[in-house]
Amino acid sequence: MTSPKIRVLLAKPGLDGHDRGVKVIARALRDAGMEVIYTGLRQTPEMIVNAAVQEDVQIVGLSILSGAHMTIFPRVAQLMQERGLDDVLLFGGGIIPEDDIPKLKAQGVTEIFLPGASTEDIIEFIQTNVKPRE
Amino acid sequence: MSQDVSIDTTIDQQQQDWEDNTLRPSLQKLPESQKEFTTTSLKPIERLYTPRDLQDTDFAGEIGFPGQPPYTRGIHPTGYRGKVWTMRQFAGFGSAYDTNQRFKYLLEHGQTGLSTAFDLPTLMGYDSDHPYSEGEVGKCGVAIASRQDMEVLFDGIPLEQVTTSMTINCPASMIFAFFLATAEKQGASWRKIGGTLQNDILKEYIAQKEWIYPPRPSMRLITDTFKFCAAEMPKWNSISISGYHIREAGATAAQELAFTLRDGIEYVEYGIRAGLEVDDFTPRLSFFFNAHNDFFEEIAKYRAARRIWYRVMKERFGAKNPRSWQMRFHAQTAGVSLTVQQPINNISRVAIQALAAVLGGAQSLHCDGYDEALALPTERAALIALRTQQIIANETGVTNTVDPLGGSYFIEKLTNELEEEAWEYFRKIDSLGGMVEAIEAGFPQKEIHESAYQYQRAVERGEKIIVGVNDYLMDGNELGEPNILQIDETVERLQTERLQKLRAERDNPAAQRAIDALKRAAEAPSVNTMPLLIDCARADCTLGEMCDALRPIFGEYQEPSF
Repeated sequence: MTSPKIRVLLAKPGLDGHDRGVKVIARALRDAGMEVIYTGLRQTPEMIVNAAVQEDVQIVGLSILSGAHMTIFPRVAQLMQERGLDDVLLFGGGIIPEDDIPKLKAQGVTEIFLPGASTEDIIEFIQTNVKPRE
Repeated sequence: MSQDVSIDTTIDQQQQDWEDNTLRPSLQKLPESQKEFTTTSLKPIERLYTPRDLQDTDFAGEIGFPGQPPYTRGIHPTGYRGKVWTMRQFAGFGSAYDTNQRFKYLLEHGQTGLSTAFDLPTLMGYDSDHPYSEGEVGKCGVAIASRQDMEVLFDGIPLEQVTTSMTINCPASMIFAFFLATAEKQGASWRKIGGTLQNDILKEYIAQKEWIYPPRPSMRLITDTFKFCAAEMPKWNSISISGYHIREAGATAAQELAFTLRDGIEYVEYGIRAGLEVDDFTPRLSFFFNAHNDFFEEIAKYRAARRIWYRVMKERFGAKNPRSWQMRFHAQTAGVSLTVQQPINNISRVAIQALAAVLGGAQSLHCDGYDEALALPTERAALIALRTQQIIANETGVTNTVDPLGGSYFIEKLTNELEEEAWEYFRKIDSLGGMVEAIEAGFPQKEIHESAYQYQRAVERGEKIIVGVNDYLMDGNELGEPNILQIDETVERLQTERLQKLRAERDNPAAQRAIDALKRAAEAPSVNTMPLLIDCARADCTLGEMCDALRPIFGEYQEPSF
C-alpha cells in the first residue's frame, strides 16, 4: 500500500502580489508527489485558516514579500490554534529580516525560508516535519 | 554587412583553417567546461561570432547611425556626450514626511530626478485606515491617501524643476490627480512639469498582480490620461510601459522584450480607438526595462527594443513624427538577482547590471540598494547605489563614444535574434486577438511561469551558479551584515489619525459632489475622467473614496486560475 499524499496549503496573505516564488514552490511540491492547494492572491488570515480546515491539510505555507509578515504570520498561527489545527505545520518565506525569524518562531511558525532557498530544502523540511496521519 | 563573394569565401577558408589548426588542438588539451553555454535566460550562445553571422545584416537598414532610424544605436546622435542619463533612484517608505526627507537627501547628493515608491495599500487603491491595510502601511513604499499627503511628499521640492516619476498603476489616475492638485498649489504650471506616471495596467495582470478593475475599464482610465496629457502636459510621460516586473516574475530577456512591446502596441491601439491621432500621444509613451545579470543579452535587448519600436510605430501605425518612433526608456537593476547570502556582493552585481543599461543607451537609471533582498534600502545603501551610477558616468570612460558595442558580431547577432523572437511572440499574441485577450487566456502568465520554473531547476541542478547561494558558500558573515531599515510602527497610527482629521475637517458636501460628478463621468464612456478626478483631489477626497466610487461602475477583476 502506498502512503497517502502529503496535503499542503500554500497561501499569499496580505496585499502583496509577488507570486513567482509560491508558484514555483507549488509546482516543485507537486512534482515531489504532494497534494498542493494554492489559495491565490490576497487572502486574509481567516480565509487561509478556513481553507486549511476545509482542505484538511497537514502543512500551511505562507509567502509574503511586502514586509507585513510580523502582523500577518502570528495571526494565522493564532487562528490555527483556535481552530484546533495543532498537528498542522506552519512555515513561511519571503523578504524577511533575520531578526524577525526568532520572533516568528516563538509565535508558532516552525520555519522561515529566505530568498535563495532551494525547493529541495523545502521538500525535505516538509517530509521530515510533517505529522503522519493514520 | 553584406560582403562580396570573394571576402565570404576567404572568411570561410580562414575559419576552417582556424578550426582545424588552432581550435581542435586546443580543445584536445583543454576541453570546454560545459557542453552548452547559455545566457541567464537559458538561451544558447555560440563559441565565436564572425562576419558570417552578420552576412544578411544590412548596416544602414539594421544598425545605422545614432539619432536616426532604426535607432538601434540610440536616439541621441551624441549618446551620453551631451548629457548623461538621469540618475533616478526609486525611493519611498513610511510616511510622506519620511520620504520627503529621503528625496531631499538624494537630491543633495547629486541625484537628478525623483522616483516615488508607494506602499501596498496605495498601490491597491486602499486608504491607510482600510482593514486590508493593516500591517502594510509605509512598509514597501510611502503611504499616500490624499492630496495633503502628496503636498507633504513634495514639500520644498519645486516640481517645475525636478522631474518626478511615480510608480503607480491601478489607481494611477487618482494619484496623478493628487500630484496635479499639489503642483497647482505650488504654483507650478502643468505645461512645464516633466516626469512619468507608470500607469501600465497590462503588466499588472501579467506579472505584478496589483489591480482593481478588469482590463477594459482600466484601459479606458489609461486612454483618458493619454488624452489629458496630450492636451495639458507636453513634457509629461503619460505611461511607462514596463518590462521590469515581467522579468522579475521570471520571464526570459526575449519574453520581457516581446510582452512589453506588445503591451505598447496594445496601448497605441486603444489610444487610437479612443479617438486620438497616433502622433498626438505616442511621443510621450516611455518604457521601463530590467537590467539583469547577463551582460550582453541585456545590451542586445535594449538595442533590439529601439529598433522594433521604430518599425512598429512606422509600419504598423504609420506614425510620422520621429519622436513617435524613438523609444525612450528607464532601466532598473534586477531586484530578483539580489541575494540574502553575503549581501555586500550585491554592490558588484548592481554595478555590472547598471553598466549594461548604460551600454544599451538608457535615458534614466535606478540602481538597487545592496540590502534589498532583506528590506527596503537604508540611506547608506541608497547612497552607494547612487554613487555606483556616478562612478560609471565619470570614471569608466563608457560615455566617451556612442553605442560602443555596435558592430560587435556577437552583439549585433544577439540583437537580431532577440528581435526575431519578439516578432514571433507578436504574431502569436495577434492571433489570440491582442494583448488583453492573451492576458484573459493566461498566455503570457503561463509562459513566464514556465521560464521561472526552468530557471529554478537550472539553479538547483548547479547549471547556473549564484555566488553565495549555490556555490562559494560561507557559514559566517565575514563580509558583514547590513543594517536593516525598520519602518516605525507608529506610521500606520499617525497616518490613520491624519486621514480621520482630514475627513472631519474638509467640506464634506463638496467632497460628495465631486465623487458624484466622477461617477457620472465614469458612466459616460466619452467623458474624460481625469478632470473629474482632479476635482476630487482638490475637494480632499481620499484615494479609497475615489477608487471605491468606480468599483460598482467598472467592476472588480478576479484573476482566473491557470
